[in-house]
Amino acid sequence: MSAAIKWYWFASPQTFFPLAGTLARWSGALAALLAAAGLYVGFFVAPTDAQQGEAYRIIFIHVPAAWMSMFLYVVMAFWAAIGLAFNTRLSAMMASAIAPTGALFTFLALWTGSLWGRPTWGAYWVWDARLTSELILLFLYLGFMALQAAIDEPRRADRAGAVLAIVGVVNVPIIYYSVQWWNTLHQGASVSLTRAPSMASTMLTGMLLMALAFWAYSIATTLARVRCIIKERE
Amino acid sequence: MNWGGWSEFWAMGGYGFYVWGSYAVTVAGLAMEVVLLRRRAREAKT
Repeated sequence: MSAAIKWYWFASPQTFFPLAGTLARWSGALAALLAAAGLYVGFFVAPTDAQQGEAYRIIFIHVPAAWMSMFLYVVMAFWAAIGLAFNTRLSAMMASAIAPTGALFTFLALWTGSLWGRPTWGAYWVWDARLTSELILLFLYLGFMALQAAIDEPRRADRAGAVLAIVGVVNVPIIYYSVQWWNTLHQGASVSLTRAPSMASTMLTGMLLMALAFWAYSIATTLARVRCIIKERE
Repeated sequence: MNWGGWSEFWAMGGYGFYVWGSYAVTVAGLAMEVVLLRRRAREAKT
């Protein structure tokens, strides 16, 4: 079977259904292992921060949750766009399946950020560019879900949601670069591809393990949810 | 090893409320999503 035919084969919801189940189970198990390792490194190996004391340990969930919130939105918009352009059922279902997990990680990024902001900045919330654009991301996810839920006919709901998701993707670079474009209270990126990270290596290890755990968790929940959607629709 | 004992661990150097408040809500949120997904999968079957 050629690669192209294989893609079409798995683009059919019925053939994807059992594969999604297997992948979801393995991703779930992997997420649990990675989270256990990440929490161990984060709490027992990484040292106390010289400036922030123990409060900085929120980083091990805050940064991975914030990364996932942005990344999942881009993936959601990607599948929505593919669904809109090629009218493939499974792509639109993937977009719908990602939204609740993305919304959850956005909420968690805001929640943990607020609990981190209080001891370090003295405020739970400020209308800073980074925080405000992340809040808009939460509203985009919730708007996408509400719009799809409000339309009874699934294919019409897919198309309407896709337009919203694609328009909203412009917010993602705004979140990412907000700390450079505006004078924000939020600190700049601690990790970037172009220079050495500005943190101790054990701290970085803990954070990356947690990021991988959230990644595996997102794959598991998205695939489990797409199975529900396939069952409910077909 | 960072901690002299469990009480030190839970205190988080005085930041216990913020650190554990973050972790507790994260764990609760993820667990809730898994429970809701399991229920949805069960209901979709019938």
